[in-house]
Amino acid sequence: MTDTNANGQSGDILLQMRGIKIDGMADDVWNPIIKGIDLNLHRGEVLGLIGESGAGKSTLGLAAMGYARDGCRITEGSILFDGIELSTASDEAKRKLRGSRIAYVAQSAAASFNPAHKLIDQYSETPIHHDVLDQETARKDAVELYEKLRLPNPSEIGFRYPHQVSGGQLQRAMTAMAMSCRPDLIVFDEPTTALDVTTQIEVLDAIRNIVRQFNTAAIYITHDLAVVAQMADRIMVLRYGELVEEAVTEDMLSDPKEDYTKSLWAVRSFQKPQKPLAGPEETSVIRIENVTAGYTSGDMVLHNVAFDIHRKRTVAVVGESGSGKSTTARCITGLLAPKEGRILSNGEELPADYRQRSKDQLRQCQMIYQMADTALNPRQRIRDIIGRPLEFYLGLTGAKKRERVRELLSQIELEPDEYIDRFPGELSGGQKQRISIARALAAEPEFIICDEVTSALDQIVAEGILKLLFRLQEELNLSYMFITHDLATVRSIADEVVVMLQGRVVEQGPKDQMFTPPHHEYTDLLLSSVPEMDPEWLTKLLEDREKNKPGIELAGN
Amino acid sequence: MPKQAMYKRGDDNGMWPILKMVTQRLALGVVTLFVVSVLIFSSVEFLPGDIATEILGQAATPETVAQFRKDVGLDKPPVERYFSWLAGIAQGDFGKSLANQRPISELISSRLWNTLFLASMAALIAVPLAVLFGVLAALYRGSFLDRSINVMTLTTISFPEFFVAYILIMIFAVNLGVFPSISNIGPETPFWDRVYRSVLPSLTLTLVVMAHMMRMTRAAIINLLASPYIEMARLKGITRSQIIIKHALPNALAPIINVIALNMAFLVVGVVLVEVVFVYPGLGQLLVDSVAKRDITVVQASSLIFAGTYVLLNLLADVLSILTNPRLLHPR
Repeated sequence: MTDTNANGQSGDILLQMRGIKIDGMADDVWNPIIKGIDLNLHRGEVLGLIGESGAGKSTLGLAAMGYARDGCRITEGSILFDGIELSTASDEAKRKLRGSRIAYVAQSAAASFNPAHKLIDQYSETPIHHDVLDQETARKDAVELYEKLRLPNPSEIGFRYPHQVSGGQLQRAMTAMAMSCRPDLIVFDEPTTALDVTTQIEVLDAIRNIVRQFNTAAIYITHDLAVVAQMADRIMVLRYGELVEEAVTEDMLSDPKEDYTKSLWAVRSFQKPQKPLAGPEETSVIRIENVTAGYTSGDMVLHNVAFDIHRKRTVAVVGESGSGKSTTARCITGLLAPKEGRILSNGEELPADYRQRSKDQLRQCQMIYQMADTALNPRQRIRDIIGRPLEFYLGLTGAKKRERVRELLSQIELEPDEYIDRFPGELSGGQKQRISIARALAAEPEFIICDEVTSALDQIVAEGILKLLFRLQEELNLSYMFITHDLATVRSIADEVVVMLQGRVVEQGPKDQMFTPPHHEYTDLLLSSVPEMDPEWLTKLLEDREKNKPGIELAGN
Repeated sequence: MPKQAMYKRGDDNGMWPILKMVTQRLALGVVTLFVVSVLIFSSVEFLPGDIATEILGQAATPETVAQFRKDVGLDKPPVERYFSWLAGIAQGDFGKSLANQRPISELISSRLWNTLFLASMAALIAVPLAVLFGVLAALYRGSFLDRSINVMTLTTISFPEFFVAYILIMIFAVNLGVFPSISNIGPETPFWDRVYRSVLPSLTLTLVVMAHMMRMTRAAIINLLASPYIEMARLKGITRSQIIIKHALPNALAPIINVIALNMAFLVVGVVLVEVVFVYPGLGQLLVDSVAKRDITVVQASSLIFAGTYVLLNLLADVLSILTNPRLLHPR
């Protein structure tokens, strides 16, 4: 796309937003979300909107369709779409534009497709509703687009229900759906955020091709810089509802002007020193010995999984969704009894079922979850959330318990006086994750499983969490098992890496070794799929892969 | 992953999981009925009063009472009576009425048919109306229409059904004189006459059950309006009414079906008062009369039929809700 619109100035203007202000309702008060932003978009141009969560990217993107979510309202500004003023247009006029001339691709395709209807019916709905095509033509057209987006089995896939199709395929089917009326503008709202890196590539490629082919203008919203670098001609950086910086992609990458933009660029810099491998004589804190496991019905999910976690080491377990990372964690914690194999803690076998484990065995192994939001009881105060394991495992009560809660809060860098009586709802995402850490620490474990603990957080916040975990490891001699699909996280925190694919360990070893070739071909695929800042990265990668066919085909894509 | 594993078996045989689920629920229904039969039998056993004194009068001598009890088999221990009762039912024999020695199945069959007729008539009016009002209320949420539907249905549900019945009688039978206040129907009453005479009782029932179903329809739809796929439909430029009918309603069916089934069961079981008011010869009337007469075998039989209706309708609701779930109907 960079070639069609190198300077972002050519072509006539399709969308012009002036002085946009949007308020959102929170706690019965209107608060500003977007504080006066101008935005220009030319025909056929792709504009990247980037920023952390809460920056107002999605809100601004939706405003381009003249749409405000429930609890939001556009208070000021003009939205001129191809000569039509959307801010004053009637609801009926806006409805007619949506789907036909401006389309939307949402973050979670799984949630945004109606579970009750077939994909192709949801595709045809838009052109039929807007009287563009009749059903038969719409269906033919759908198959054609499915083919263009390289969906497997294009003539049949449309007749499936959303739950019968994988995430990456759904996301492409949604892009096809957005294309159904050949709109002038598509708003892509984090379309690949929920996908694995390996799947992300195919979706990015598909989106890029189709947008280019039909010369569709696009607003591409994401928090991932490397992704936006592949997609956009021009980038706008947002923060707290205000524009931080705007430039053509190459300039933005090579020469960011604002400090905030620079900090975004530099955020993946944290790297803890890698520790040497533990000696053979050292007993591992947790040993997973040839574990094969599955759920009640169906096939085994884990096959002969084996690895060790030593004292003060961080073992990162990587792999795409469905590879068995979390199931392994469930076996270690005893939530799922393995069919074969066993779990040892400091050389001593743990009962397979957590109900048979002693309180002390349970105490030794704690977990931190991805969604702190759902892992913390919203009706309990922080003092009770952290106090519960203190009472349960260590029998602390009264003043002693209170003192310990305060200590733990200081340890996770939250001011005890300020936070001890709050509810989780009164904390930010990063703070909630810190509370989860404190709760795990309260049990005084020697081993903590961190299940995607940073993936719901913004990069700067995530980095803070990683630093905290590293510091605690040093101070308290903790061992971590770090489940993640984010290789940047692996680079910054791991000592050893275990790569999983379809329930098997395909490669394991110390981090430096894992990041230097030669790799197992799957590791290679995984590593090469992590987007890089270079705007030419995706093009080069796809060319490379084309040359080196046959590469390994991934199930479910 | 666990979800995938759960549905994986459907690959080779699409309907298999559903069939299995239906059989499971059916078995569970039989167990429920068994428990209910124990409860019914023992609670009827504890009813104060005695059929013998009821029939023979207060003046009967202890000898005649004992003889009567022996004749109808009431002298045997309760456990033995329970099992012979159960064995009879298993073979379709509900036993004989203690009061007049007629077979209970004969007593009940025409009554049951009448009750089912009344219930279906009420259902035919109430269900479509309730769903329609629910959809309209959701569509025009917060509007005057929404509020009036809510107020109306809540008002009618807040009154006891006999009160609603008398109000209807006052308006339609006494003042306007369009419908009869007494629904005396017999086996030979022609169909449309039957319908005509059942209008007021079924209208009463409609007013009583509609509020639940309508409010559940409204709530289930509104609950879904916040889902991402509804937002997607809005951003595809679909009209409001189409969004509600095509996108929200199919996904809201499961809770709606459950409330409908519950209310259907109420229509069959809860008609007692309404039947009494309109002197409608249904099962409810029979039950009330039999309790008064201490005719315990009839009471037991009708209670069991009521319980069976509940279990069956709930089973039906379960199966239908499963069928509305595309994940189960179309496994991966």
